[in-house]
Amino acid sequence: MPTPLDLAQKLAAKFEGLFEPPVEFREEITLKLKDAARIADVCAAAKKDLGFDYLVDISSVDNYGDDPRFTIVYELYSFTDRVHLRLKTEVSEEKPELPTVTTVWRTANWHEREIYDMMGVRFAQHPDLRRILMWEGYPYFPLRKDFPLAGKPSETPEVAFSRAAPMAGGPFVTVAGGKDSQAREPRIRNPEE
Amino acid sequence: MSTVQELEFRDAAGRVTAAPGGLNAPEPGVPDSDAGEMPGDKMILNVGPSHPATHGVLRLVLELDGETITKATPDIGYLHRGDEKIAENMTYTQFIPYTDRLDYLAPLANNVAYALAVEKLMGIEKLLPPRCQFIRVMCCELARISAHLLGLGAFAMDVGAMTVFLHTFTEREKIYNIIEALTGARFTTTYTRIGGLFRDLPPGWTDMVRKFLEEVVVNLDETEQLLTRNRIFVDRTRDLGVISKEMAIDYGLSGPNLRGSGVEYDLRKAHPYLVYDQLEFDIPAGSVGDCYDRYLVRMEEMRQSVRILRQCLDKLPDGPVSIPDGKTVLPPKKKVLTRMEELIHQFMLVTEGMNAPPGEVYFSAENPKGELGFYIFSKGGGTPYRLKIRAPSFVNLSILSELLKGHMMSDTVSILGSLDFVMGESDR
Repeated sequence: MPTPLDLAQKLAAKFEGLFEPPVEFREEITLKLKDAARIADVCAAAKKDLGFDYLVDISSVDNYGDDPRFTIVYELYSFTDRVHLRLKTEVSEEKPELPTVTTVWRTANWHEREIYDMMGVRFAQHPDLRRILMWEGYPYFPLRKDFPLAGKPSETPEVAFSRAAPMAGGPFVTVAGGKDSQAREPRIRNPEE
Repeated sequence: MSTVQELEFRDAAGRVTAAPGGLNAPEPGVPDSDAGEMPGDKMILNVGPSHPATHGVLRLVLELDGETITKATPDIGYLHRGDEKIAENMTYTQFIPYTDRLDYLAPLANNVAYALAVEKLMGIEKLLPPRCQFIRVMCCELARISAHLLGLGAFAMDVGAMTVFLHTFTEREKIYNIIEALTGARFTTTYTRIGGLFRDLPPGWTDMVRKFLEEVVVNLDETEQLLTRNRIFVDRTRDLGVISKEMAIDYGLSGPNLRGSGVEYDLRKAHPYLVYDQLEFDIPAGSVGDCYDRYLVRMEEMRQSVRILRQCLDKLPDGPVSIPDGKTVLPPKKKVLTRMEELIHQFMLVTEGMNAPPGEVYFSAENPKGELGFYIFSKGGGTPYRLKIRAPSFVNLSILSELLKGHMMSDTVSILGSLDFVMGESDR
């Protein structure tokens, strides 16, 4: 039975120089792809040659303040070897686009639509890239770090509207996990931040 | 162009002209301002978000040719509450009540899955006391029986068998009483904590569960008598909504939907967590992948859950229910009020949260609806930088646009019931 590290190294060997060395944390292997434009080729090879026939999840992380800004995380699973592998790739804010993997696993369709809806990352050649959780015509990308928790007002005529949630004194006004109690206390911290 | 339109009865086998404009096609029978255009023969039917058969707020836009569906577009997001955004602003413990509301039919299972994910990030999942692990397994299996009872009850009711719904809900009431004795709430349990449980079992709880297990088996037998060989039920579910093995794997299905299509994959056996490797149980799998198979898989899973629960009750050890580490688990109140170190631990845990190491983990548990996964990206500290919830219902619903094509309108109800999804989980 191959271990996750074996399969990760095999995949990295197929694509010379495209990957950073595999990282292991809590018995999981993460492979970072340096060039996001090759993700479809890499995934196709993972499915065809290494047996990763199941795409568990595609997630997105907004590294606000870092460049490249968005990290897209693919969780792959192989039924035959019972092995889990994570592939990561990054796209910048100026050009938040990468190829779709819907041609490899059809389940990626909805996952990529959700990433487009929540983060604003576009997927080239996606068969139906439109918003999935928010309504058509909603102007913002809610999971980005610069989008406030309370929401922003918006109007989509005949469809829906949104208003900023009233947060005065509510549980989110205190920043959980903040190190400094001065930063946490409501009367000092400005809730609009 | 005539100003009076004559409604013709559409002949399903007759000529079909594609409706112009797709989803925004003009309704047949309404005078069209575009000169010279025939109205399409296809009807757009909106199975709106508020509909008794859609199991929550799912909107389906169906393009019908007579009775047959030619195009189906599910529209979700009506229950989107922004859980993932909220998680970035709360400590790990503060987020547990939000996990109750994901799959609100089996809240204990979500609590357990989330607690295990955070414990994997912290690296403490091996330190859980055995009593805690056995109780968590019992919670998961009770949640599984509860969720399947509701799923099958609603499925049968939609298909026409009303009595089954009331039968299954009688048993669910007993489960609610058991859960209320355990956690204090019937529904929104918030029972697990990172590193343990909220509190130990109340006295007499194991007897309650044993009594319930004897009654539920009788009830399951009665439900099977009502449905499994019932001519009408079989006709309404056999060979309907067939999902092949390749399609199920390609679309990322999990749970009973995947097993109904013949893939014998259960996270409790493939990657055992908690004490599932010490327990004996079987995994039912279907052969055809139709609605009937999925129904049978769920029925058998409930019986296996009863088997697991009996073993847990027999093997339940004594001992603590939480890790004694003051930096992760709140110390007992007696010590907090009298000793300095515990007071500091309590203060730090409540204000800052536990100090998670930087890194990323993905953990998934076998929930009643499928594989519920949590991807946590942590930059250290008490709050996650990003928490992604891999909801089984979200992925299971993506197959609808492919699956409903070619079926009749009344089959939609059958297929939706057999997929057994929950919108709270799908939309988060």
